[in-house]
Parts: sequence; C-alpha cells; structure tokens
Amino acid sequence: MIIEKKLLKQDSVEKLFAKLKADGRRILAPKAQGDEIFFEQVASASEMAKDYIQTTLSPKGAVFPRVEALFRYQMEGKDVKIENNSEPQPTVIFGLRPCDAASFAILNSVFSWDYQDSQFKSRLAQTAAITVSCSRADEYCFCTSVGGSPGDTKGSDILLTRIGSGDYLAEILTEKGKAMVTLAPELFAEAPSEDKEKYLAKVPVKFDLKKLTEKLPEAFNNNELWMEQSLRCLGCGACAFVCPACVCFDIQDESKRESGVRLRCWDSCGFSLFTAHTSGHNPRPVQSQRWRQRVMHKFSYFNDRQKYLGCVGCGRCSRKCPADMNLLEHLKAIAEAR
Amino acid sequence: MEELRKKARELLTSGAVKVIIGYGPGSGKRVRAVFVRKPEQADLLICDDRCLQNLAVYLTKPEVKALGKAAVVARLPTLRAILQLAAENQLTDGQVVALGISPEGKMTELSQFKAIEEFLAGFSFELSAEEKATLEKLDQMTPEQRWQFWQEQFAKCVRCYGCRASCPLCYCEKCLAECNQPQWIPAASHQIGNLDWHIIRAMHLANRCVNCGDCSRACPVGIPLHLLNQKLAEEVFKQFGARSGMKAAQEYALCNWKLEDRENFIK
Amino acid sequence: MSEPNIYQPFLMRIDKITEEAPLVKTFKLVFVNDEEGKKFQFKAGQFGEYSVFGEGECTLCIASPPTRPGYIECTFRQAGRVTGALAGKEEGEIIGFRGPYGNTFPLEQWQGKNLLFIAGGIALPPLRCVIWNALDLRDRFKEITVIYGARSVADLVYKQELEEWAKRGDLKILTTVDPGGETPDWKGEIGFVPAVLEKADPICENTVALVCGPPIMIKLTLPVLAKLGFSPENTFTTLENRMKCGIGKCGHCMVGKYFVCKDGPVFTLAQLNQLPPEY
Ligand SMILES: Cc1cc2nc3c(=O)[nH]c(=O)nc-3n(C[C@H](O)[C@H](O)[C@H](O)COP(=O)(O)OP(=O)(O)OC[C@H]3O[C@@H](n4cnc5c(N)ncnc54)[C@H](O)[C@@H]3O)c2cc1C
Ligand code: SF4
Ligand code: SF4
Ligand code: SF4
Ligand code: SF4
Ligand code: FES
Repeated sequence: MIIEKKLLKQDSVEKLFAKLKADGRRILAPKAQGDEIFFEQVASASEMAKDYIQTTLSPKGAVFPRVEALFRYQMEGKDVKIENNSEPQPTVIFGLRPCDAASFAILNSVFSWDYQDSQFKSRLAQTAAITVSCSRADEYCFCTSVGGSPGDTKGSDILLTRIGSGDYLAEILTEKGKAMVTLAPELFAEAPSEDKEKYLAKVPVKFDLKKLTEKLPEAFNNNELWMEQSLRCLGCGACAFVCPACVCFDIQDESKRESGVRLRCWDSCGFSLFTAHTSGHNPRPVQSQRWRQRVMHKFSYFNDRQKYLGCVGCGRCSRKCPADMNLLEHLKAIAEAR
Repeated sequence: MEELRKKARELLTSGAVKVIIGYGPGSGKRVRAVFVRKPEQADLLICDDRCLQNLAVYLTKPEVKALGKAAVVARLPTLRAILQLAAENQLTDGQVVALGISPEGKMTELSQFKAIEEFLAGFSFELSAEEKATLEKLDQMTPEQRWQFWQEQFAKCVRCYGCRASCPLCYCEKCLAECNQPQWIPAASHQIGNLDWHIIRAMHLANRCVNCGDCSRACPVGIPLHLLNQKLAEEVFKQFGARSGMKAAQEYALCNWKLEDRENFIK
Repeated sequence: MSEPNIYQPFLMRIDKITEEAPLVKTFKLVFVNDEEGKKFQFKAGQFGEYSVFGEGECTLCIASPPTRPGYIECTFRQAGRVTGALAGKEEGEIIGFRGPYGNTFPLEQWQGKNLLFIAGGIALPPLRCVIWNALDLRDRFKEITVIYGARSVADLVYKQELEEWAKRGDLKILTTVDPGGETPDWKGEIGFVPAVLEKADPICENTVALVCGPPIMIKLTLPVLAKLGFSPENTFTTLENRMKCGIGKCGHCMVGKYFVCKDGPVFTLAQLNQLPPEY
C-alpha cells in the first residue's frame, strides 16, 4: 500500500470533481432527500449532504446495483441472440465512510471465489473510493468491534480526514488514488504535520469478536436464543438491503415478446420464501431460523469460507429495522453468554 | 403506565393470557415490541407517545401465535386492525385481549370484539387537519406534478417489503408480489416494478388500511406510503360511506355490490 | 469485459421430447454451437441451470450419462413458472443451459464394488445418469441393483428403459408401485420402497447405496439401509435446496456453511449427519 499524505483544501473538492468528470468519470456522492441520504450522481460538490453519520443506503449499489442486467436477448425466429453488457462507466464514490470502503472486499470475496463474476469485477475495477473518515459516530456504530475504525484505510483509494482548518488531510493509498491525484496535482498541497487521530470519532470496542465467532457454531442449536431474539422481527428485507456487505440475490427474466433481459436483483435470507421450494417444502420455515441464518452467515460461515466477516459494523441494519432489532445488542448477548 | 403493568401482571398470573404484546425499552430513545410472558417482567412495559408501532401485526405471526393467547397493548389503530382482522376471519372473538389505550393514555381492557367496537365508536376517524392538508396539497397538484412526485418517491424503493411486513393487514402467506404465474408485479425494483407494487398494494389496502402509518415508518428510504392509503380510504368513504376496522363483521366495500351504490365512478 | 459472463447460458436445441409420465418430460438437448458441444464435459451427479428466455431459469440435474457425449438430457416435472414454460416447448426450439455445476458421485472410487440404486418418483433422473454411466462401463463394477418405486404405474418415468434394463440380465431391477397404484397387468412389486428394499435384502459388503427420492421416502429408507448394514459413508444422496445462481454466490442454497450448489448436491449420509437440518 502506498501512503502519501497531502492536503486537500476544502474549496478544492469542487475543482477535483470537475477534473474527475472531465476524465469521463461519474461521481456518486451523498445527497439528501428529505431525512434520508443516498449516493447519487452529483453535478457539483455543493449538492452534497453536509452532515451525516451514515447514509441511508450503502454505496454497494455502485458495484452491485439493486437491479442489473446480466445480459439481454433477442429472439430471431427460432434462434436466440445474446448480448452482453458493455464496460461500466468509471465511477468515483466520494464521501463514503471507512466501514463502507471495507465492505467492497467482502462483496468481492463472494463474487470472485471459484467462479469469477466478470460483471462485478469490472464494476469494482472501474470504481474508486474517496472516503471521508468519521468525526462522529452514534450508538449503532461498531466498526471497531469487527476490525475497522473511524479512520481505517482498508478499501479506500484516498482517505480524507477533516482537520481543524476545515481542510482535508488526504492519504493517497493505492494506484487508483494516485491516478486521481495525477489528474489534478495542483489541488494536492504539502501535508501539514498533523495527526488525524484527534479528529476521529471515538468508537469503543463493544464485544469480543473472537469469543463471538467461537461461540456461534455451538449457539446454532440454541433454538430458544434465536426465537427470543427474533420474536419481534418482521421478516422484511430492510436490514439486508441497507447493508453494505449483504450479497444474496435473485435472478429474474423480463421480456417483451421478441426481446428480453435476465436480471439480477437484491434478495434477502430474511424473506420467508427465500428457501421455499415449489412443492411448499421450506427448509427454514420460521423467522427465527432466518434470523439465525443472517447472524451465522455474517459472523461464522462467512469467515470460515470467505476469510472475511460479513459485517463492517456500519449500524445501518439496526438504525433502519422497523422492529428495532439491534444487531450489536444481539451479538453482545451471544458473545457474553456463558 | 402503572395501570397497564398491573393489568398485565394480573392477566399473566391468573393465566387468562400467556403473553402480553406491548412496548418496552429499545435502542437509545426508541421503544420496541416486547413479549412479556412472566408476571415479574410486566414492569418492562412502557406506554407513551413513542409507542406507535401497530402491534396487531404480531397477532398473525406463527411464532407469536404459538406462545398462546395474547393480550395486546392497543392504541386506536391497533384496535381497528384487530376488528379488521376479525372481519377478514383472521381472528376469532375471545382469541385476543386488547388493552385499549385512549389518546389520553387511559387503559381499558377489551376482551370481546363488541367491547372494542363500542370503545371505538366514541372516537372520530376523520383525518386530522394536518393529514387533510397534506392530502389536499397532493390533490391540488396537476396530474403531471403528482406523477412526478410519486415517481421520485418510488424511485427510492428497494423492494425490501418493510411496508408489507409491518402492515397488520398484509398477512397473506404468499403475497401477490411473489406470484409468478403470471408475474403480476415485476420483482425488480425498477420504475415499472415499483409503480406496479405500490399501486397494487394500495388497492389491496383500500377499505382495509387502518391508518396506523406503520408502512411509512417502516420504510427505510422514507417513502410516505400512508398518503396513498389515506387517499384511497377517503375515496372509499366518499363513495361507500365505509371505514375499515370499525366492526368485527363488515363487508368489504370493493367486492360487494349493492343496489344503493353510487356508480358514478364508472364513467 | 475480459472474462466470460458466467451467467450466459449455452444455447441448446431441443432434439427430442419424450413424455415420461403425467406432467413429466425428458428433453434431449444438443449444443447449437458445435465447438461448445465438443468442449463440454461433465460427470455423473452434476446439474445445470436450464432457462426459457423470458421466463427464467430452473435447476435440473443432467440425466444422461457422461459416457454419451454430444448431447445432454434432462427430465423434469412441470411444477412452476420455468418448468411450465419448458413443458410448452417443442422439438427444434432453443433453450438455455448453464453448467455443469456441483460435485459428482465418486464413480472412480467405486471400481470393483456393487452398486445399489434406490429411487422414488421423479427422483430417478439423477440416478439414471449414474446407472447408464455404470452400465456403459459395466466391467468396472460388480453387481448392480436398481430399486425404483412410484405412486402408480403411470408415474414411473423412463418406462422404456426400465423394460430394457429388465431384459439386460447384467443388472437386477425391482420396480414397485404404491398399493392401489397398480394396473391389472402390472408385473412388478406392490408396496413402498423401504419395504421392497428390506425384502430384497441386498448385501451391504463392498456395496455403495445411492438413494434419491421425496423426503419422506428418504426418511423411511435410511433406517432400513442402516439395518441392512450400510454405513453412512457408503450411503449417498443428493440434496435439492432452492437454487438461483448454481455457482456459490446468491446464497439461496446454503445449509450451514455449505453451498449445496458447490459442495453438493451429492452428499454421503455421514456428511448429512454433520449438517444442520436446513434441507
Ligand atoms: C440440484 C437440483 C436438481 C434438481 N433436479 C431436478 C430434476 O432433475 N427434475 C425435476 O423435475 N426437478 C429437479 N429439481 C427441482 C427443480 O429445480 C424445481 O422443480 C424447479 O426449479 C421449479 O422451478 P419453476 O420455475 O418451474 O417453479 P417456480 O415455483 O416458479 O420456481 C421458483 C424458484 O424456486 C426455486 N425452486 C422451486 N422448487 C425447487 C426445488 N424443488 N428445488 C430447488 N429449487 C426450487 C427455483 O429457484 C425456482 O427458480 C432439482 C433441484 C435441484 C436443487
Ligand atoms: S431484523 Fe428488522 S429489518 Fe431485518 S428482517 Fe427483521 S424486521 Fe426486517
Ligand atoms: S450487518 Fe448491519 S452493521 Fe453489519 S455491515 Fe450490514 S448493515 Fe452494517
Ligand atoms: S400487498 Fe396484497 S397480497 Fe401482498 S400481503 Fe398485502 S394484502 Fe396481501
Ligand atoms: S418499505 Fe419502502 S423501500 Fe421497502 S418495499 Fe416498502 S416502499 Fe419500498
Ligand atoms: S444456488 Fe446460488 S449459492 Fe448456491
């Protein structure tokens, strides 16, 4: 990893956007819509949301859109022609948090183990992350319990930390980051000798990850535990869909007579029909089993199979759960159970 | 609140019910649904103006049903949901005890549907001035503006079905959204898929929605779905004089035909 | 994109359609592109994602043996959207196929062993692949026994092949129908698969048993096999968890930390005993 430190003046962000756009890149940045904040294409830096702890949806849609064509097809008499997607547009995600930046590696671990998902991989290759570290956190954040931190550099190409003057301390971390700096070297000045630490939010470690992962395989059979935790769970997909690390998907065809498209759409293991057969047989018939799958997958199976944890501690699932299922609280309970 | 806890303790101790579905402390300043099964846990129960979730949604959840007879802490929309569920043959009389909470916070035990009906008869279910004003604002838009407004809202929808999951009247084991022969509603969260989903769900809830607002509260991306349902509820009221959730036995306005129906909506 | 699109199916032409039983058909499929067909290889036990353009994909095993290259076959019951659309296809039409996916039955390790096949209803296709595979390499295996049952005579699939097998003399075949499912001229057994198995009393020594069928049949057959002395390591079955991608990504088929589409669909009973009951 390259680490080069620079100073990016606050009013230079606008100029940087202009340069990135001139280079043919699309910029996704947090934009407010009512009380919610989404990563959207912005024309100017002034459109960005000013003050946010976390965005409503994660930036995962940039590399794994909620709906995307896997390919298109055209019927020609009895023949079928298949047309693959063209290369995705180069994209810069600006203003994501370190936890979100860390999530790309998790998604990638699924899309590139064994069979290589070229579509995801080229999206990822075309995406650069200019992350802004966290000066504030809330009670739902738990990045430090799952290997991250408010100033963590994992997964970012450039990490910006806002320092006292209001300017950004920029850490240029990868070749992609360097390439962006090369587009506008004049915007990156000599870095001051300031330590970013004092500008970062304090997020205490909230549970012992090692204990949790050790306990989970055994906890699997503790039906009462899962039942108690999930009685109020409504079985929607909110937690999975706001999550930067959830990967489950569905494949669906849509067609108009002669032509059509095979789509990939986000799906959630929390839905009751996720595992259901046509016959009606369902291997996970009740919500407690589906809640267990969510927790086991993220904190046990994932690190067994993919060598990553399936969670970066962004807290979105708990902020957005309509039934106030607080993941952190549930994890603590499992880690601390005797 | 003390009154509620005392009643809960009593009901559990006597064995009259096996579980109290109520509100308890949640994350930070939030409250959440709790399922109190032991008298000594009754002190968990909270009842204040943060307690908005329509707990009737749990009355049809298999795991909750398996706990045994329930008493549910019920504000007005929850009481209406209970009657509406009864009208749709999802609940039978005596299956559930409602701990009715008046807008002032007073608790009344209502163990029969009839008692709930009588209790509700004492309140008006006209929309509040504020709600009316919001609907009027939408009404005053040109069709193009209104289309634009909803298109922008629906564009955010990720199809998490939080709206459906939180709705006490969306209890269908297999929702139309999941029927694939034919695929009535595209499963994808693109423009057509989202439009179809929301229009169809709104239609399914016309004369069934009890105006609890949980769909909008549940929605992670902040879509004011309740406005669609309120609008349809008002239309049904105008056309048929019917309000949902007022009686344990009532006909569903949209599939009953009566001689005296005004049919000027078919033009 | 530099790498191939893993979701893009091969185009397959339906070469022949056989009506097997009510709502059950077999398609013989050939590659539209010869080159793809020549390169294509698979092993017994693997499956694929078959698609009808405009309707979607469904998971079906490859029911023909790898010993007969140049085509594949699938046998399916019309159950839902995609299988329904498949059933409406005619000879000469084009469908999609992605595969082969999943693990395989370890036939190489079974040289010199007896093979016992036990199947129920529509679950004969995965075993039919192995049966033909073994028959095509007949000298490598010792005794081959097939016990196959269906609800009624009409429900038996591969009727012609069953007769062909019965005539061969180098395998023993017992077909059975549930009581009441027989026709006046039915010459096979009458009774449920587990009972027929118990009566047949196959030797367990140096034998592997392969069981595929509806959950209830499997549930009642396994204890009989155990009683007959079959070890869990020598008892094989396939799992049918709901699948979407077939390649270890979409999460649908997970049983504990295993992907049925990658680590399965073939499992020994010994392995199943280690899995959480999520299938
Ligand atoms: C490894 C494997 C091999 C199979 N082999 C055969 C076979 O040889 N012959 C055969 O007739 N059937 C087989 N099945 C079952 C077959 O996949 C389903 O019947 C089929 O997917 C139903 O699809 P549909 O679109 O017609 O039904 P719908 O109800 O419209 O399907 C909806 C979705 O549900 C899933 N699904 C539904 N039922 C099943 C099921 N039983 N198993 C797995 N996923 C399901 C699929 O993902 C499907 O896309 C197999 C299943 C698996 C997992
Ligand atoms: S945990 Fe919450 S967000 Fe997730 S499925 Fe349950 S109710 Fe929905
Ligand atoms: S599981 Fe929750 S806290 Fe963890 S990454 Fe997903 S949304 Fe964030
Ligand atoms: S939208 Fe309609 S079909 Fe779906 S759950 Fe609600 S009422 Fe049932
Ligand atoms: S809760 Fe909101 S995002 Fe989820 S399906 Fe309903 S409208 Fe869409
Ligand atoms: S079918 Fe998608 S992971 Fe197995």
